[in-house]
Amino acid sequence: MGKAAAREIDGGGNGRTNGRGNARGEWLKRHGKWFIILPPMLYLLVFFLIPFGFALMISFADTAVRVPPFTDILSVSPDWHIHLSLNLGNFQYLVTDEVYGLSYVYSLKTAFFSTVICLLLGYPMAYAIARTSKSTQSVLLLVIILPFWTSFLLRVYALEGIIRETGLLNSALLWLGIIHQPLKIMHTTVAVYLGIIYSYLPFMVLPLFATLEKLDYTLREAAADLGSPPWRVFIDVTLPLSMPGIIAGSMLVFIPAIGEFVIPTLLGGPDNLMIGRVLWDEFFGNRDWPVASAVAIAFLVLLVGPIALYQHYSTKQLEA
Amino acid sequence: MQDRISPFLISVLAIGIAVLYIPILVLIGYSFNASALVSVWGGFSTSWYTQLVHNQQILDAAWLSLRIGVAVSTGAVILGTFAAISLVRFPMFRGRLLLTGMVNAPLVMPEIITGITQLLLFVSMLHMLSWPHRGFTTIVIAHIAFCTAYVTITVQSRLHGADRSLEEAAMDLGSGPVRAFLDTTLPAIMPALASSWLLSFTLSLDDLVISSFVSGPGASTLPMVIFSKVKLGVSPDVNALASLIICLVGVCVLIAGYLMRRTERDRLRDAQMAER
Repeated sequence: MGKAAAREIDGGGNGRTNGRGNARGEWLKRHGKWFIILPPMLYLLVFFLIPFGFALMISFADTAVRVPPFTDILSVSPDWHIHLSLNLGNFQYLVTDEVYGLSYVYSLKTAFFSTVICLLLGYPMAYAIARTSKSTQSVLLLVIILPFWTSFLLRVYALEGIIRETGLLNSALLWLGIIHQPLKIMHTTVAVYLGIIYSYLPFMVLPLFATLEKLDYTLREAAADLGSPPWRVFIDVTLPLSMPGIIAGSMLVFIPAIGEFVIPTLLGGPDNLMIGRVLWDEFFGNRDWPVASAVAIAFLVLLVGPIALYQHYSTKQLEA
Repeated sequence: MQDRISPFLISVLAIGIAVLYIPILVLIGYSFNASALVSVWGGFSTSWYTQLVHNQQILDAAWLSLRIGVAVSTGAVILGTFAAISLVRFPMFRGRLLLTGMVNAPLVMPEIITGITQLLLFVSMLHMLSWPHRGFTTIVIAHIAFCTAYVTITVQSRLHGADRSLEEAAMDLGSGPVRAFLDTTLPAIMPALASSWLLSFTLSLDDLVISSFVSGPGASTLPMVIFSKVKLGVSPDVNALASLIICLVGVCVLIAGYLMRRTERDRLRDAQMAER
């Protein structure tokens, strides 16, 4: 009520004029907003978006022994000819050298299965939190959010303390007499999965909780009253209604997991070649910046493009 | 009406939370281990913490990381607030979709790609403009870009909920739009700004991948030093350092969470007042 009234008063107030300096006032009124819009816009344009243009450009360059270690694409010769030299070899190299294809597929596979496991683990957690009282909820949420912000690197390091050969897990299992030889988990595929699940679980729980909390429980009661057994209620009502949370959570785990570098490097073995690790080695090991740029561009096109589109349409669907 | 939570759900929740916390608690526990062997408990000792104070490499890295964190969160809060105001208060302007995209993209972009592209930009800029030299400056610039995204989203949701009638009243009483905003809405969103400052600070303090790419020789942040040590295996002084960082970040997040809850409460109260 108050809001509507205030807006009406404001509507009247807009008509006021103050004579002197009117032209300047008008100009400010019409264009003043750009003083607010332009700083973040220009900043993100220059330091976030344009860099992708540079990466695209350099992916067509050759390596060179100089600083920076790649050739110019455009050059002007002394007799004023402009030379454009595009080297498509980097992209051809990506297709012919199978390490890139293999690591890409391997990253997809690892990210996919980690996402599924996170979902299976995170869904009951989010569901349980959503069913508690409001005050318990806020405490539990804080408990989940705290590791979400805690350093990624340090959490991976902490996990190493648990799963290494002399770590807590092996000590406990040996003491209980379940195993007689310490399990070798570090530097295996299992360690990579454990690392990703451990690090990304909060990313799954939070969006799932957000949708499950808003879920209309009367629908479930209605289904139950009409004779559906609990598992049918879950499949027919709860699961479809929580789909937006499932999608959001899965995306938040899947996308960063594909590009993951720290986890396969610290916890994985030599054969856990994920695309992030290949990129890192290409950059710092081989110092082949044009090929690394080509890998980044190909990765972006193959992965981030479709996902951005998908997200765009799924949010539109939600708004409609 | 809510029915009972099944024991199955409670146990999954308990196991999940235990899995999240046990490694961190064990890490903190072992940082007080007197024995240099990480697997043997040799009694309680704080010697690893005193050793940290004498490790010049770690002190330098910590000082660099803290300076970067303060510069980044201050810059990101200013830019992010501007971006949030643009998106909430100006429904139509040229490039609105572009700004929305650039604000959301850093949240889903794999860090390694952002890092590579930004490095390529800085290297090309240095080649053409002789600026910026890789190190403190480039890390700050790169971190501000992704922290701005988090700030924008936090402030945006608070601005959506903010009651505009006070601001409109101030304008009717003769304040210019900027003055009216500074006097009425800014104090109302202040807790949101403070909490996003803290969150940007922790994000910047934690970042390894982007810093590694855009940093130059001689500028190693704390996570970079820890990463190079951890690659060699578990060591007790890293345990002590990690425990300190985890506690610092934990305190930042708890304060930020408290501020955000208070803003939420204020927003609900404002909404109730407006209804009356």
